[in-house]
Amino acid sequence: MLRLHCPICGPRDETEFTYGGDATLVRPAMEERSSEVWLAYVFQRENPRGPHREYWHHHLGCRQWLVVERNTLTHEIGETRLAREVADLVSEAAE
Amino acid sequence: MRYSALAVLRHALSGNRDWARAWRDPEPKPAYDVVIVGGGGHGLATAYYLAKEHGLRNVAVLEKGWLGGGNTGRNTTIVRSNYMMPGNTLFYERSMKLWENLSRDLNFNVMFSQRGQYNLCHSPAQMDAARRRGNVMRANGIDAELIDREEVRRRLPYLDYSERARFPIHGAIYQGRAGTARHDAVAWGFARGADRLGVDLIQRCEVLGFLRDGHRIVGVETSRGPIRAGKVGLAVAGHSGHLAKKAGLILPIESHALQAFVTEPLKPLIDTVISFGAAHFYISQSDKGGLVLGGDLDGYNSYAQRGGLPIVEHTLASAKALMPALSRLRLLRHWAGVMDMSMDGSPIITKTPIEGLYLNGGWCYGGFKATPASGWCFAWTIAKETPHEDNAEFTLDRFRRGVQIDEKGMGPTPNAH
Repeated sequence: MLRLHCPICGPRDETEFTYGGDATLVRPAMEERSSEVWLAYVFQRENPRGPHREYWHHHLGCRQWLVVERNTLTHEIGETRLAREVADLVSEAAE
Repeated sequence: MRYSALAVLRHALSGNRDWARAWRDPEPKPAYDVVIVGGGGHGLATAYYLAKEHGLRNVAVLEKGWLGGGNTGRNTTIVRSNYMMPGNTLFYERSMKLWENLSRDLNFNVMFSQRGQYNLCHSPAQMDAARRRGNVMRANGIDAELIDREEVRRRLPYLDYSERARFPIHGAIYQGRAGTARHDAVAWGFARGADRLGVDLIQRCEVLGFLRDGHRIVGVETSRGPIRAGKVGLAVAGHSGHLAKKAGLILPIESHALQAFVTEPLKPLIDTVISFGAAHFYISQSDKGGLVLGGDLDGYNSYAQRGGLPIVEHTLASAKALMPALSRLRLLRHWAGVMDMSMDGSPIITKTPIEGLYLNGGWCYGGFKATPASGWCFAWTIAKETPHEDNAEFTLDRFRRGVQIDEKGMGPTPNAH
């Protein structure tokens, strides 16, 4: 059983969450026309053996999307943040 | 030495003390025509068919652990060919035909048992979908039977047909030629067959990187030194993404853990293979009497060969919903393997954009049944530089072209296939 550390609800069992996959992917702009860019976003995955940044949805709790650092080899849970805070950081960095 | 009933008798008389080892344990040579990375069923089958069908005998299989120690030794041993998407259907049927003659071909008993497989249906809509699947199979010359609730009840009287059944059984689609095989024996049979044709099987030899000449890959860097090769084939499902990345290739694959379970041994109870249609669950009985069962992925990326408890509970709840009599049975063991979950649920057997590198992976749940055809088609692709028509659709660029082979209709969500 994984125990995720929800920033709002505290430590909770994985059964309260839904997995959302790789959180390092950034959705291309809707006007993006390059099929290579969409190929990378939709299909290709780094799939690291080790630290992985991923989305989890706390659907049986606060219903927030989280970004969790988790090691895919050891299942060790690292830093956990609200996805919207991470998104703010990403857009600030882009500006 | 050929194995035979006479040999068994002769060795029995001499106390079974002088059986020769089944394959050599050679030191790696500095160079080979072809190096296959991964000594599981698929890699060993590839080497066997390279030597047997294409006369390529200067071949090595490199395995970081021991032969068949990955998913070949961790699956639930089910063999079937009930696929309906173009690209899949005839490939899995080729595999079935190879299975049917495999013990004889390898002179090694892989204990292939065509005990039949039932896919249960729990709604009229599921019966319609099963009828469509059965028609596609029969149109391709594959056996399929649609049977109603009463016939399922006659054949499998121990399932829950009561008023209280959470998912009432409406019928089933049945493939009589499906069944099970002894998973370790498949690895050992192909290993012995390849070794007898001159292939070097090199264990405890981990591939750490690739040797390059310009863009071309000309060998591998291993824990036992560099080994040069005309061609390098990857057959390391579970770790395909990890190894391909070292060659500079990003794959449409995520690695996920899938668990399997075995109960304490029982008297003969289930003489076939049963797949539950309401949840993802399948069950059969091993020759030792243990019920072998499996279910869903754990659901998050993982390279750990162990699973979590929520899936244990979920799988056993499915077991009990289907067969209430199992409720007091004790679980003996559970374990997990690392799956290459591809983005459409179908495999990849292809030349890669990198010269000298060939890829066999993306097997999701379906690798064991595919073992013979996977090796057969991968050997063809490596030897002839072009895919056979049965693996022609298993390319990497199907994702670029938008023509995925999505048997379950799930879209690019690897943990849902």
